[in-house]
Amino acid sequence: MIETLVRGLGNGSVYALLALGFVIIYKATRVISFAQPAFMIAGAVAVSYLAELTGFYLAVLCAALLVAGIALVIERIAIRPMVGRPVFVIAIISLGIDVVVRVVANGFIGTDVRQVGDPWGFSLVTVAGVAVQQRWIAMFLTAAVLVGLLFLFFRHTRYGLAMRAAAYDQETALAQGVSVGMVFALSWGLAGGLAAIAGTFVGTGQGVDQLTWIIALKALPAIIVGGLDSLGGAVLGGLAIGVVESLAQSYQGEVAPWLGQNFAVVTPYAVMLVVLLVRPYGLFGTPEVERV
Amino acid sequence: MTHTDRKVRIWGRPLLYTSYAQDMALFDTRAKKLWCGGLVLFALALSQVLVDHTLELLATALVAAIGAIGLNLVTGYAGQVSLGHAFFLAIGAYTAAALSGDPAGRTLGFGVTNLLIWLPAAGLVAALAGVLVAPLATRLRGLYLAIVTLGLVFLGEHVFKEWDDLTGGPGVGRPAAAPELFGWRLDRPGPLGSREQQLYLLVLVVLVVFAVGARNLARSRIGRGFAAIRDRDIAAEVMGVPLTRYKVLAFGVSSFYAGCAGALLYTVSGGYFEAGSFSLLLSVQYIAMVLIGGVATVSGSIAGALFITLLSPVTRELPALLPFISGDSTQTPNVFQVETVLYGLLIIVFLVFEPRGLFGLWLRVRTYWKSWPFSY
Repeated sequence: MIETLVRGLGNGSVYALLALGFVIIYKATRVISFAQPAFMIAGAVAVSYLAELTGFYLAVLCAALLVAGIALVIERIAIRPMVGRPVFVIAIISLGIDVVVRVVANGFIGTDVRQVGDPWGFSLVTVAGVAVQQRWIAMFLTAAVLVGLLFLFFRHTRYGLAMRAAAYDQETALAQGVSVGMVFALSWGLAGGLAAIAGTFVGTGQGVDQLTWIIALKALPAIIVGGLDSLGGAVLGGLAIGVVESLAQSYQGEVAPWLGQNFAVVTPYAVMLVVLLVRPYGLFGTPEVERV
Repeated sequence: MTHTDRKVRIWGRPLLYTSYAQDMALFDTRAKKLWCGGLVLFALALSQVLVDHTLELLATALVAAIGAIGLNLVTGYAGQVSLGHAFFLAIGAYTAAALSGDPAGRTLGFGVTNLLIWLPAAGLVAALAGVLVAPLATRLRGLYLAIVTLGLVFLGEHVFKEWDDLTGGPGVGRPAAAPELFGWRLDRPGPLGSREQQLYLLVLVVLVVFAVGARNLARSRIGRGFAAIRDRDIAAEVMGVPLTRYKVLAFGVSSFYAGCAGALLYTVSGGYFEAGSFSLLLSVQYIAMVLIGGVATVSGSIAGALFITLLSPVTRELPALLPFISGDSTQTPNVFQVETVLYGLLIIVFLVFEPRGLFGLWLRVRTYWKSWPFSY
């Protein structure tokens, strides 16, 4: 039971990091970027190559910066010209970006599984009498530190203030001297970096292969559960999705075998549907107020 | 009032309408009528000219066009973003395959092989699924809806992979629906020619029926309601468009088209299909067809479907021209990667430079010649 929960929290914190990327972009630009899976894979692939040269920790840092850089360039080329166009169009463009970047990144993976060279692997550590995998703990702690830093960033820095202002009202922010273009770029860069780190953690232990990108889409239920525009909701949604998925993985075979094996893989989407039927704007999202 | 109802056609002035009915007609200009007739005749003639392999490809593209028209109805005309088209295609494909399947076979089958029964049935079951999903659409807007429909694809994929009796299980698959018309098997050589020729003609007829149906729907009261919802749903509601009913209708009709397309898709190409085919990539392909073809146009949907479906045989030829691209899926720059990258790049390029798609390119050409020698 405890192991299941820890595994859920570990995976959940990866979803939370990815979900934060989605929410940051959504708050700044009102668009869901479907390009996050590609950035996640790009990050994991970059780490798997860099780790052989520089060691794991430096590789993670370099990969996060590298992917953030790629995200910045892509934002400038493909997204910025579309400011003011319908959000659906921009979302579909990000879907196109995802396809392109992902195929390129997968090309670097090849047909085998690539290891990211993490120091944890599948080794266990005993905490209070329960043996849990070290990597779950590493994921949880890293995510906690990053989330803390992000909240400090939004609360206490000029750029964080600018991003909050732009998220609140782009035109008014522009009138107050906030460079909204910079906010767009920053949000894509931040999301790309977070996705790269998340990708590295997805790759710990089992490594990355051609199908790893699907994991990133589980962050979508997380943001829907939490509410599209709530940073705290994204973190809680991610953790909740992780725990539910982990519980389903352990117990669904006994409790509800008629759902079929591997049901755990799609539990996030099932949870999402249920939550949306009850609360259309997620648990912490703000309902859209319509002015006619 | 009375004099505007007179239908007068003045020779040489095709855009002069003297009545509202003329303005709203299915073929509002004579040129359009002639060209459409000509195109259909040309398509019919192709069945006698082309080799069987090319006809099979074209038939697949025409089936995809039916699905693309369906997606365009809900996403283009009614503005409800759906990434779940693959799910509805799957429901249609499995309904048809199960109805016409061999009752004594390995997979579920009822032995009703008549095309006139399983084709509408596939559409109706898919439409029912669409109507069941629609309540979500009425509660959700924009990107929330996109994500929910994306979740639908994953849930559907799971169900189809687990339900071995119906689908034959992942990696194994089952035979597609058998096209039979009162004892006449269309997938065997018959009075109209080879298997490919007969299937091509069947699909062409179905496509024309569906395309005219969609065009008529779009120019009717319902179509105008869809457009009003797309442009601003609250304004539409204020003007008296029943929002819930029209959204449910949009999803239902779109899913009906998807179901019929799914039912025919694997009958035409190969005759065998597998649960893993209905993935997110299939949805993305249909989105690409609609966007590259032209949002909220029927002719654009057909053009986009032809373009996207014929893209893959064209990329298969690339290794002959560019030796560094491999035809082997285990090598790194291979044709499958090139093809997928092309989907993505084409979506981006069209949305950035020509949001009206291929239809927009056609409009540009038309405007150029119409206003020649002026540039406007």
